[in-house]
Amino acid sequence: MINRLVVENLKHRPIRTLLSIIAISIQVTLVLALVGLSDGILSDQARRARGVGADILVRPPNGALILTGGQMLQAIIPRIVEQTPHVQVASGILAYGTDLFNYITGIDLKSFDQMSGGFHFVQGGPFQNPDDVMVDQYYAAQHHVRVGDTIPLINRSWHVSGIYQPGMLARLVVPLATLQDLTANTGKVTMVYVKADNPVNINQAIADLSERLKDFKIYSMEDYTTLFSAANIPLLTQFIAVVIGLGVLVGFLVVFLSMYTAVLERTREIGVLKALGASPALIMNILLRETIVLALAGSVLGIVLAYGTRALIAALLPGSLIQAIVYSWWWKTTAIALVGALLGAIYPGLKAARQDAIEALAYE
Amino acid sequence: MTDAPIISIRGLTKIYRVGDVDVPALRGVDLDVAGAEFVSIVGPSGSGKSTLFHILGGLAPPTSGTIRINGQDLFGMTDSQRTELRKTTVGFVFQKYNLLPTLTARDNIEIARYIAHQNGPLGSRFQEILQLLGIAGRLDHKPRALSGGEQQRVAIARAIVNNPSILLADEPTGNLDTENSNAVLGLLRDLNDRLGQTILMITHNPEAAAYGHRIVTMRDGRIAS
Repeated sequence: MINRLVVENLKHRPIRTLLSIIAISIQVTLVLALVGLSDGILSDQARRARGVGADILVRPPNGALILTGGQMLQAIIPRIVEQTPHVQVASGILAYGTDLFNYITGIDLKSFDQMSGGFHFVQGGPFQNPDDVMVDQYYAAQHHVRVGDTIPLINRSWHVSGIYQPGMLARLVVPLATLQDLTANTGKVTMVYVKADNPVNINQAIADLSERLKDFKIYSMEDYTTLFSAANIPLLTQFIAVVIGLGVLVGFLVVFLSMYTAVLERTREIGVLKALGASPALIMNILLRETIVLALAGSVLGIVLAYGTRALIAALLPGSLIQAIVYSWWWKTTAIALVGALLGAIYPGLKAARQDAIEALAYE
Repeated sequence: MTDAPIISIRGLTKIYRVGDVDVPALRGVDLDVAGAEFVSIVGPSGSGKSTLFHILGGLAPPTSGTIRINGQDLFGMTDSQRTELRKTTVGFVFQKYNLLPTLTARDNIEIARYIAHQNGPLGSRFQEILQLLGIAGRLDHKPRALSGGEQQRVAIARAIVNNPSILLADEPTGNLDTENSNAVLGLLRDLNDRLGQTILMITHNPEAAAYGHRIVTMRDGRIAS
């Protein structure tokens, strides 16, 4: 019975109910999109790192975990290869950020192909000249690039030599030497990928490399790729927390206003319920149930809309952003929406529960 | 009509505090109402009729005096005890019907049962009452689809669904035309005659008041006659 009253009350003011649900859904979508982007971008980076085919990664002592800061001398590569047992091949790369999400990567094609097994081209082929660039399909789709086109990057025109299947290192790949010269990093690389002669020797190779390259950061690729999570990105966790805080605030304000107007509007009905013997707890119960329905409906819509933002991002910015659907956050965002909404319902609920029945019945 | 009073009021006073001023609404009311009696209460505006109803209905506490309904002393009752009283002992009928607009007529009746924790199907006696009230075929309509007379009949059904000891009707025909007024008053009288429902009815209309067994006149917070 009480649920029927709750549903009928919500249906009675469809526009207000719909707007409340939409407002709650937007904050749910916001959180899901942000978490999904973090997860999607990081997972994509991890996938591309794995696509290199290396077993071990060497980063300079001052290099950040995932971001591309810090360089080291390219000269260490031959030393690593020659001096460390069980190292089959090593390849240095230089990553240069072009904007917040994208970077251009210089590789030594020979050693890189040796390690990775080579790029799989869908159009064109590997670069032949110093100003050649290879792009992955996502980049090509987003920027409408075809083989033979010229694209401007870091104040230089590049000739597109090939388009390859994604999942390999980077979206934009140029000859290492060209990028080094162009960015005043001659003789330097950002990281060195290392492949062991046999997977069983990876740990031994890591131990040997750590011995030889004191202070350098040496990860097994398996460990390295597990570090691609929001928790390891400086400020990202805090940023998500801020968005969650805003989400709770939005839920609070929306439901506060919605329920406050509902209580004002239903003053007389609340008086009637009280005259029938409804306790303050029952009046509160009705409003809280309405709030929970709004929050849950908003959460479901928010989850659906998160698929929409993913589709939109995939259509418009396939080369820059990837939004994952993070199922583990569905209940979290629902909880966030519920907390905000219930907080917003407390004051209107108390106001309704404390309403004087005689005054309420006289309310016009 | 039984001789033992179902309502017994002695020296009842009610003083409202308006700002810094005490406003006496009831100044010592003495009244007995026998079981199955139909009493019309008349009097000018401000004479204390509604205040008396609010206290009888457990919507407001008395300031002093004794007031007993079916042996329960309302004086000194807590808010939750008065809430309990409204569930089972008292039924209200209002001038403006006061049906919940979002619910059907049936659900308006059902919600009164729900609040009073009366679950299960409506008894055959109540089905008869619905026939008597002439609303059995209108139960699935919402209030906006019902005429004033129909709405008031639904309100009466809601008021008596939990078999209250007393039915308090506050100007039940105040918003109705003559035909519907007569119909509603006739129904109240029928409920009283057939079921022995004790009824107290406030009215300004002498013709309506005449439907009661007895007319009590209030003036200046007291029973005048």
